[in-house]
Amino acid sequence: MENISSVWPLAAVVISLTAAIPILLSERRPNLREGWTLLAGLGKLSIVAALLPGVMAGKRYVFTIAEVLPGVPIQLRVDAMGMFFALVASFLWIFTSLYSIGYMRTLREHDQTRYFASFAVAISATIGVAFSANLLTLYLFYEMLSLSTYPLVTHERNADSRASGRKYLTYILGTSIGLVLPAMLIVYAAAGTLDFTTGGILAGTTLSPATLALLLILFVAGFAKAGVMPFHAWLPAAMVAPTPVSSFLHGVAVVKVGVFSILRVIFDIFGPDLLRDLNYGVVLTYFVSITILSASLIALTQDNLKRRLAYSTVAQLSYMILGAGMLTAAGMTGGLLHIAMHAFGKITLFFCAGAIYVASHKKYISEMDGLGRRMPITYAAFFLGSMSIIGLPPFGGFISKWKLVVGAAEGGQMVILTVLLVSSLLNAAYFLPIVYRGFFMPPREASVAQVREAPAFCLVPLCVTALGSMALFFYPDIFLRLAHLALGE
Amino acid sequence: MEGILAEIVAKYNYWLYVVLMMIGFYAMIGKRNLVKKLLGMNIFQTAIILFFVSTGVKRGGGIPILDKYKVLEHGVDVAQVVNPLPHVLMLTAIVVAVSITGVALAILQRIYREYGTLEEDEILEKVGE
Amino acid sequence: MSETNLHMVILAAPLLAAFAVNLLGRLSRAWIAPLTLGALGISTLASVGILFQVLGEGTIRYTVGNWSPPFGIELVVDPLSALMLLLVSSVALVATVSALKSVQLEMEGREHLFFTLYLILIAGLVGLVLTADAFNLYVLLEITSITSYGLIAMGRGRAVLSSFNYIIMGSIGASFYLLGVGYLYILTGSLNMADIAGILPGLNAGAAVATAFAFLLVGLWIKMAFFPLHGWLSPAYSHAPTGAGVLMAPLVTKVTIYLMIRIMFSVFSPEYVFSAHPGIQTAIVWAAALGILCASALALGQRDLRKMLTYIIVAEVGYMVGGVWLANANGMTGAVLHILNDALMTLCLFLSVSAIASRTSSLSFDSLGGLYRRMPLTMAAFTIGAFSMIGVPPTCGFFSKWYLILGGVEAGHWGFVAALVISSLVNAVLFFRIIEIAFFGNIPGEPVVQEAPTEAPWSMLSPLVVTAVALIVVGLGSGRIVSGIISLTIPGGF
Repeated sequence: MENISSVWPLAAVVISLTAAIPILLSERRPNLREGWTLLAGLGKLSIVAALLPGVMAGKRYVFTIAEVLPGVPIQLRVDAMGMFFALVASFLWIFTSLYSIGYMRTLREHDQTRYFASFAVAISATIGVAFSANLLTLYLFYEMLSLSTYPLVTHERNADSRASGRKYLTYILGTSIGLVLPAMLIVYAAAGTLDFTTGGILAGTTLSPATLALLLILFVAGFAKAGVMPFHAWLPAAMVAPTPVSSFLHGVAVVKVGVFSILRVIFDIFGPDLLRDLNYGVVLTYFVSITILSASLIALTQDNLKRRLAYSTVAQLSYMILGAGMLTAAGMTGGLLHIAMHAFGKITLFFCAGAIYVASHKKYISEMDGLGRRMPITYAAFFLGSMSIIGLPPFGGFISKWKLVVGAAEGGQMVILTVLLVSSLLNAAYFLPIVYRGFFMPPREASVAQVREAPAFCLVPLCVTALGSMALFFYPDIFLRLAHLALGE
Repeated sequence: MEGILAEIVAKYNYWLYVVLMMIGFYAMIGKRNLVKKLLGMNIFQTAIILFFVSTGVKRGGGIPILDKYKVLEHGVDVAQVVNPLPHVLMLTAIVVAVSITGVALAILQRIYREYGTLEEDEILEKVGE
Repeated sequence: MSETNLHMVILAAPLLAAFAVNLLGRLSRAWIAPLTLGALGISTLASVGILFQVLGEGTIRYTVGNWSPPFGIELVVDPLSALMLLLVSSVALVATVSALKSVQLEMEGREHLFFTLYLILIAGLVGLVLTADAFNLYVLLEITSITSYGLIAMGRGRAVLSSFNYIIMGSIGASFYLLGVGYLYILTGSLNMADIAGILPGLNAGAAVATAFAFLLVGLWIKMAFFPLHGWLSPAYSHAPTGAGVLMAPLVTKVTIYLMIRIMFSVFSPEYVFSAHPGIQTAIVWAAALGILCASALALGQRDLRKMLTYIIVAEVGYMVGGVWLANANGMTGAVLHILNDALMTLCLFLSVSAIASRTSSLSFDSLGGLYRRMPLTMAAFTIGAFSMIGVPPTCGFFSKWYLILGGVEAGHWGFVAALVISSLVNAVLFFRIIEIAFFGNIPGEPVVQEAPTEAPWSMLSPLVVTAVALIVVGLGSGRIVSGIISLTIPGGF
């Protein structure tokens, strides 16, 4: 693999970070402020896209920010796996920004400047995680993401958001300092490096299988952004945030950063071979299966739409770890692909939930009867998004789920196969009633009659992402190719 | 028992300083009156000063004031004079001790003006702890 | 003898300025700022010069008044002391910018007295770093202490009481140290550190050497507020005038830790310190771990910002003592790096405290509500300082913690590792409690009153911003600092 020294990875990361400054300075001129946000978003996507052909050709772009510890610099490196994630995140950020403008302005939210500035920092951190060349750099951006999203989660500044913010930080920061940091140090002490290397860096070390098992637990639990039970409770709590935050951060960026970190650790720190030899993959898949099933069951019971989506996210995140844990080619590809497929599907659903709130100020599913007829576009998009999550053709979700099923079958893991099947049924059971209620149940309240579609700023992005998740079924090539490259095939 | 006693008698000066030091230490920690604490501190410091001074002493040694011409002729017979260095050092230490006492007394005055007492218990009562 | 006398400049500038400030400051207030800043500026420049000189040419030895060692007093600048010189003088310079303003606000008319003591304190700290003579060290230790007592007593209310308490504890510490020196003198007949180090290994006096070592250590531990000898620190630093706090909190404990390193490795040797008495080394690391945990727990119980910070200082002392006593290169690197980092982050936090204090009635948690809106820049800098204390990369606090934990892992000392991790978590709780109050306001559920920003005066804000930026710059540069300077300070035998 060819390494090319280039400043573009840094540019891709910091462009939105620096945009935070003009955003803060143009507090009094909202249009200019949003202009900066969109400009940074487009700039970021173009830089990422410009790096794409090189990565597809097997090149890696490297930039060293600072030599901080012996053998472990703060370094950015664009490889296929990072590119995969960065592409998804930077593409969806633009639509989230548009959506944010519509949402925040329609609701006349306070402190919009701080909101957009924090958002800009958060997306920088997300791309930083994607492009990290080693575990230390990843940790750095991971923490940056945790901290920059705190003002977003607690945006409402009331007692509720205060409690949620506290929970959010307790889980996220507590696990990263308490579990990931020691794990990282043990790895460093044993291997002398933290560099992400295809095939892993722990294979030749003197660590005992018990220590390795401990490390795996520390990492999987420590990257609590991935929401593996029992460290999932922050995600439903974080739903007090404004919906664009929930949709992008808690549908795409934050949670997938958690999954991405775990996949990085599995692929590039442990290495699939080592885990296969120790037979830890199976243990991992069984462990996350519990999360998949129980989170889906909990989702069934939620009446608050965003909380139902949150529990669905918890379950879906574990799919990705499940795929990686299978340690078969198809399974790992499926896990990786699911990052993209779920992102498009889930962001659509969140956008729809936000649009419904903007248009009708309704949060609970039981109040939404008959709303579909008043907001047909939103509900149609919601339907498309849920089909993708359930995993039906012709939607992107089908491809990743199919790969997962193939992976499970290849590994002969009938239990996992059953889990996948049952969970898909559960997905259908908690999504489709929402659509059904919207279109076919008579409205309970008279106020529903006055509801109209949300403004175009909200509507366009959700249509784009809904159609996007369909397009991914027909044109998954880029992501497939990147996934294959990432797994070294 | 015999051995310990002999040890104490042989080095009685050091044991004396240990006793002095303990008295001072007790006063600093145990007494509730701030002036007594300060006195204890002085006793403590004095004990250390005495300790240093006696390290320089030799049996039969005189004061280290030498006749220049005799020294030029015969050189210095070190057994005849005590070691002056610890004494010189202790001059400095005494200066330090005096200045600390000065600062402490000034502070005690301010405490007295502020609280009207130098009993620690009463002061703590007044500040409400 | 070296060609230049830069180190004398570093020492003399604040000392001479102290007298000038006292005399001229009586005539007019206008003299104080230029004299103080000028002297410290010269010191800082000279420290930069001497750091490069030492790195280029090696250790500088200087005999005061040409009395050759071991009889005369010797000053030594090796890489570690050069680093400490730069740290002391630059931190003092930055702190002074803010102190000038806060002293003016708090004690109008007595400024010349305050800055006389203040400059002598700085000169004392510089002297402590420079000296290579065990008795001279005692004198300088007392010079710094006496000036500290005076500075603290200039505060309002309970400050005098805390100062007296500090006098008693400080004198016990100094006396212990002096006793230790006495023992060493009896054993070796010398006071020069290098000389003593040369004589000690040949002596066959195990118990006496051990007693000397124990007295020296305990004396210094009292002075650095190593748990459980920390009782004096919290009241003294939290009642001191804010202008004194910004200087003492970052520097005094850190310089004392430097002294401990000096005594351990320049007077005694790593072999003696770590292996002569098996069990001691482990016991002290355990004590440090316990100290970190207890001090963190005490910090959790505070409801006043400055009080809380003072307990964090006590916990950080445990980090460094433990790091040194881990007896491996990583632990030592971590400890030295942490001296640097901890001084900077404590400076950052105390500077923000004095900025906040200039705009709020008190520093209790209840009066911090809504500060993010009222003082955005101050709170931004405070947040960076807090992140550094928690250990969030790329702030510098992360990297020293990294080395310390790594040293703990290498030594297999899991108690210390656990203490460090737990203390990071506790710091996170401590600081996010404040950040939450400052972000939300006080009364849960009630909307925050939107107030116009009332930032601290620029003279308090600019040093704060500089320090906050320094936290990140030092963090990113820690690789260079470690390989360029700190690796040279690890004594042989590790």
